[in-house]
Amino acid sequence: MNESDIGLWGVPLAILAGAIRVSTPFLFVSLGECLTEKSGRINLGLEGTLVMGAMSGYAISYHTGSPWLGVLFAGVVGSLFGALHGYICKFPKVNDIAVGIALMLFGTGLAFFFGKPYIQPTAPILPAIPLGFWSDSPQVQAALRINALFIIGIAIAAAMWWAFANTRLGLIVRMTGDSADAARAMGYSVDIVRLLATMAGGFLAGIGGSFLSLYYPGSWNEGLSSGQGLMAVALVIFARWNPLYCFLAALLFGGAGALGPALQSVGVTQGYYLFYAAPYVLTLVIMIITTSPKRSLIGAPGELSITK
Amino acid sequence: MAVALPQEERGAEQGFGADLAVRLKQAAEALVIPLGALLVSGVLFGLFIAALGKSPVELYALMYKGGFGTWFSWQNTLSRAAPLLLTALCVAIPAQLGLVVIGGEGALVLGGLAAAAVALPMQGVAPLVVQIGMAIAAMIVGGLWIGLAGALRHYRGVNETISSLLLAYIAIALFNHIVEGPLRDPASLNKPATAHIGEANMIGALPGMDVHWGLAFGVIACVLLWVLMSRTTFGFAARMTGGNVRAAKLQGLPVGRLILICCAIAGACAGLAGMVEVAAVHGRANGSLIVGYGYAGILIAFLARQNPLAIIPVAILLGGITASGGLIQRRMDLPDATVLVLQGMIFIVILLSETLYGRFKIFQPKDTSS
Repeated sequence: MNESDIGLWGVPLAILAGAIRVSTPFLFVSLGECLTEKSGRINLGLEGTLVMGAMSGYAISYHTGSPWLGVLFAGVVGSLFGALHGYICKFPKVNDIAVGIALMLFGTGLAFFFGKPYIQPTAPILPAIPLGFWSDSPQVQAALRINALFIIGIAIAAAMWWAFANTRLGLIVRMTGDSADAARAMGYSVDIVRLLATMAGGFLAGIGGSFLSLYYPGSWNEGLSSGQGLMAVALVIFARWNPLYCFLAALLFGGAGALGPALQSVGVTQGYYLFYAAPYVLTLVIMIITTSPKRSLIGAPGELSITK
Repeated sequence: MAVALPQEERGAEQGFGADLAVRLKQAAEALVIPLGALLVSGVLFGLFIAALGKSPVELYALMYKGGFGTWFSWQNTLSRAAPLLLTALCVAIPAQLGLVVIGGEGALVLGGLAAAAVALPMQGVAPLVVQIGMAIAAMIVGGLWIGLAGALRHYRGVNETISSLLLAYIAIALFNHIVEGPLRDPASLNKPATAHIGEANMIGALPGMDVHWGLAFGVIACVLLWVLMSRTTFGFAARMTGGNVRAAKLQGLPVGRLILICCAIAGACAGLAGMVEVAAVHGRANGSLIVGYGYAGILIAFLARQNPLAIIPVAILLGGITASGGLIQRRMDLPDATVLVLQGMIFIVILLSETLYGRFKIFQPKDTSS
């Protein structure tokens, strides 16, 4: 079978395939950001964490030969960045949004600094799970080659959704996010809860970054991230701080990102760069539709500076 | 000082002498804390370099030499500072209203493109007319771009930090689309670019040096906007809105209009930076415009504590650090991202130092009862 056999059906299929492939970093970063924001703080620095995770994961995979070790290490590096953000933000008068911007610059700078030697060599990358074995069509098979991280991400989304609603830990995080005073009255340290939530969020963002370098596109270079870490912040607002919606939103963003390449594959080359802007336009339009100057957002943590 | 409004007012009530003392103390605080933070980040970065087995002393010596050591390096530094002055204003002006706009890169890129697009069909027209046309087009496009972020904030409640950044990505996509398509110079094979705007239309160097006029534009913009923000009723209204939106609304201040105007001014500055880069450095709009001037501007604005006048020395300092990057890379075998790491460290320490304001007794007015 070749391309012409499925004709224009290739476009939605390519978008679906792209959505599955491209959405994983969105999914991880947005879950991390969701957790951090639920605790009442916003971490705009996840873009830097993502790039740092991509670089360090690739480097570890190259040196040890084990991509999974790279994923783990990327998570650890991510949580260190989260710890830095969480620690700095506990001081009075320090603006968490500005600290996020600073960490974004610092993280990308550090990743470029240490990543220079890893641009050339090829590291072992993560294996794919061929879920399309039932089909004869190579396009369908290619579309359903799924990475284990995608499935792990879905599981984490479901677990987080359940934990926020049903566990003591979830309740503590939500309470800290809605009212620091209430958390203090219950005897919990707001700073520590937020520090841990930001660290866990950084861990997930680091893993999201390692997916970029260790699976798709599957190599490390300085142009690897195209703002996924930042779009994730908008994505969390769109998802109304619900981990399950984060998953759906990540798929939507992945699909939007795959629009350009998919159209190009069937010969539509006009406006390639404009399609490249689709995820950003989508994010902006969604934010315009879903926010309002008159009321705060439904489901927004009460302490969050970005929605006040 | 835009940031310490209440103390200034308190001082004014106590007569001229007390007023002066309070002002001096505030100025000292606003000078000592950022300088201390710079010093601390310098030491931290030195430790980082030492941990990598390189000599921090050699690094700082090279940094001085490459940025400020000779007249030649000074000119290089000042040329690099020119766009930084303007992109820092793009952050500092909305900051007076309490807005964090970080998408100056987008306004810069589109401003540069607009400048080239205006200059190209005007070949043969008097250069001064073309230059003015380029500047106006760049400022309008930049102003509309950041003004859009301001409008979304005011009318729809969309967070301006995120929207301006998304707009920056959209601007870059738009830029690539136009430079690769309608405006592409067929002769530019590897690096898509517009056609050259023409040597006659380039803005030249300042008299007596090798630094282009963009530096003068930047300095003039900083001074003018400082006057606007701290010496006019408009600036007072803007800073009051930044201090307390609700109080400003109760006073009947046109908060929406203030937001729109300030964001448009900010975007116009960044757009002008793009025009300067096209008309003084590259001669055409191409990918060389997208090198992170907008992001360096964020750091400069925070380092200058959002004061337009303070932006001038800070932008020159950062320009010098960037200018020395090449020398450090060659002599010490460090990657070009070294400068980015230093910038990130300075940024983090500066933000951390915000917590120190008001903690040192020596800087506080003696009687704080109102």
